[in-house]
Amino acid sequence: MSDFEYAPAPESKAITNISKDYGLFINGKFIASHNKRRFETINPANEEVLAKISLADEVDIDKAVKAARSAYIKVWSKMSGKERAKYLFRIARLLQERAREFAVVETLDNGKPIRETRDVDIPLSAAHFFYHAGWADKLEFAGFGEKPKAHGVVAQIIPWNFPLLMLAWKIAPALATGNTVVLKPAETTPLTALLFAEVCQQADLPPGVVNIITGDGSTGSALVKHPDIDKVAFTGSTEVGKLIAKSLAVGNTPVTLELGGKGANIVFEDAPLDQAVEGIINGIFFNQGHVCCAGSRLLLQENIHDEFLSKLQKRMSKIRLGDPLDKNTDIGAINSAAQLAKIHELSSSGKAEGANIWSAPCQIPNKGFWFAPTVFTGVTQAHRIAREEIFGPVLSVLTFRTPQEAIEKANNTPFGLSAGVWSDKGSRILWAGNHLKAGVIWANTFNKFDPASPFGGYKESGWGREGGRHGLGAYIKGAK
Amino acid sequence: MSALNLIDGSETSLRRFLQTLPGVDQVGAQERAAVLGTRSIKTTSKKWAIDMAISMIDLTTLEGADTAGKIRSLCSKALRPDPQDPLVPHVGAVCVYNDMVGIARNHLDSIGGQSIPVAAVATAFPSGRASRKVKLQDTKDAISLGATEIDMVIDRGAFLSGQLGEVFDEIRAIKEICSDKAHLKVILETGELVTLDNVRKASYLAMLAGADFIKTSTGKVTPAATAPVVLVMLEAVRDFFELSQVRIGVKPAGGIRTTKDAIKQLVLVKEIAGSEWLNPELFRIGASALLNDLLMQRMKLNTGRYSSANYVTVD
Repeated sequence: MSDFEYAPAPESKAITNISKDYGLFINGKFIASHNKRRFETINPANEEVLAKISLADEVDIDKAVKAARSAYIKVWSKMSGKERAKYLFRIARLLQERAREFAVVETLDNGKPIRETRDVDIPLSAAHFFYHAGWADKLEFAGFGEKPKAHGVVAQIIPWNFPLLMLAWKIAPALATGNTVVLKPAETTPLTALLFAEVCQQADLPPGVVNIITGDGSTGSALVKHPDIDKVAFTGSTEVGKLIAKSLAVGNTPVTLELGGKGANIVFEDAPLDQAVEGIINGIFFNQGHVCCAGSRLLLQENIHDEFLSKLQKRMSKIRLGDPLDKNTDIGAINSAAQLAKIHELSSSGKAEGANIWSAPCQIPNKGFWFAPTVFTGVTQAHRIAREEIFGPVLSVLTFRTPQEAIEKANNTPFGLSAGVWSDKGSRILWAGNHLKAGVIWANTFNKFDPASPFGGYKESGWGREGGRHGLGAYIKGAK
Repeated sequence: MSALNLIDGSETSLRRFLQTLPGVDQVGAQERAAVLGTRSIKTTSKKWAIDMAISMIDLTTLEGADTAGKIRSLCSKALRPDPQDPLVPHVGAVCVYNDMVGIARNHLDSIGGQSIPVAAVATAFPSGRASRKVKLQDTKDAISLGATEIDMVIDRGAFLSGQLGEVFDEIRAIKEICSDKAHLKVILETGELVTLDNVRKASYLAMLAGADFIKTSTGKVTPAATAPVVLVMLEAVRDFFELSQVRIGVKPAGGIRTTKDAIKQLVLVKEIAGSEWLNPELFRIGASALLNDLLMQRMKLNTGRYSSANYVTVD
């Protein structure tokens, strides 16, 4: 060996215990779905089938909602916050104890690298349960009135990009505030949610407090339309979010939506360039770009465009794409064939509309769904790739001349979830922060998450906040 | 050197050039270094890395208590780190105080270690607090005794008080003495410069003044060769190559004691500067205790068992 090639260092699958098929988790037990319909969940890195999953229909949903209602009336609403906290703490600790197993299962089912599931998804999920466990007995001091009251039964639908983490974002605050839950994980990534159901059993959580039903879009749609749901929380695409908002518009059901984004990462000429390059890489290639708050638009001050781009491309050439279970992999598989097709479609449009494409040279595996880290230069506001969410490892580079123009371009989007500002000048960062219309703004960093920090969007990026004190409000009746 | 055209050596031109360098965000640099610290180096790549790390060591003794006997055992160890295994490469150099250079050179030559260079710390190491005259003489002495590598310290007092020209001139003066007789390693003593912005500036200052290597620390100050510091210096040599087409070496020293630490350094080299730097001509590790840990890990890889410390020689 003449060069320092990294030998494969895969995490072992031996720690996992994935069943061949899974039922629905209703009232504390795994039960067969009423119509016995099944679908498969696969490993997107090699297209191997991991398990058969039950497809819930209206009858199953009704069963789950009834279980949640009964648990709410008989047990959970009567329990003190202090007692609820004990369950949350127990769940958090179990997640930590089984962290490695969860990380491997998440990587298998989702395609994201083990480095991320191990260092981000799973520890953050546990952190959300710990954080909200702390709130459970202190709700009267959270600023929502003297006796904050839960909604009752909450329907929650989560996406496939951070399966367990999004489950934690949803279930932890709901339980802490005294709601019971019917949650539907995404069709392509149900495994960690089903593993979480086992954790609920292990933690002796009273039956019916958490119910997990699996299925496709039809299941989700039936769930939010169920008449006995007191609140809906959804994370996913803006398209589906609009449908949910429409279907709930006729009633009084409160809803929180966490939808798409087209985050702008603004790099000013005085930015710490090497760290800005890292931040841009992290902003768009973290989790294969399957991040609603991804920094998918790079706004570069024109006078540093060439220098910055050369640094960026060199850094992109060092990204390691491959086996998601390998501990040295930086970028894993695209979650599904459908998502890969969407990424291909949008990047073809970028080429057709005259932007210049450059992809990092990397070996694409024969099987599975993959897309090399890609950057488009010469992009303008009028390109589709500057306006539509790609949800893949594709970065669009635009330029600006003055700070005012940067803000104008950054805000010129129907979305408003995230933004990043890179500058060594504190006053400029604060000024930009005041003018950017985005729910989360990072300065000289990107994609930082903490349970104590509220997360959510402006405009078509969603309604409401998750995390922090603000996030609690979504699960308390009448809270603003 | 073409990079020298960037400046004319005056205080103003130096300051102007160094001001054009982008800042370093400390949090970002620490984060990047931490992520690279999680790289998992196994089996064949670990074997390669251990041998490469051994051949990059500047095996060092810099103690008031150094004696001829101590220096001779160091040299023997440098040539044959593991007496039972001739396949173990020799180290990159031995690094000693000025007055020990002759002893080291003679002993190395007498045992067949002609190819191992002797590096001398010079210029009133470690503090650098002496007159220019003394520093120059210190360097001349070392070279005349057979040192082919000079590890000089910069005047941190001058750097921190903004006398950049002073620091620059001193490095150039030492470089002139070294000329083609000795390689010049410039020690920045990053533990005293404290900020990563300073580390980047001092790196450029040294490279512009003619350093062949930039070195983190004397080993007498902590913190020494931390991962973010080495990362910033590797970025500096990478970017300086773009400017000048000259590759400057990097030498972390101080605090690198385990195989794991050493491998993390090699990962930084590969992923920041690039594979071109992965050889003893362009990357050295200043260390003493590290060598035995590398040898023990090497035995473990070959035999599958951990041996006790009694199976490696103490010096």
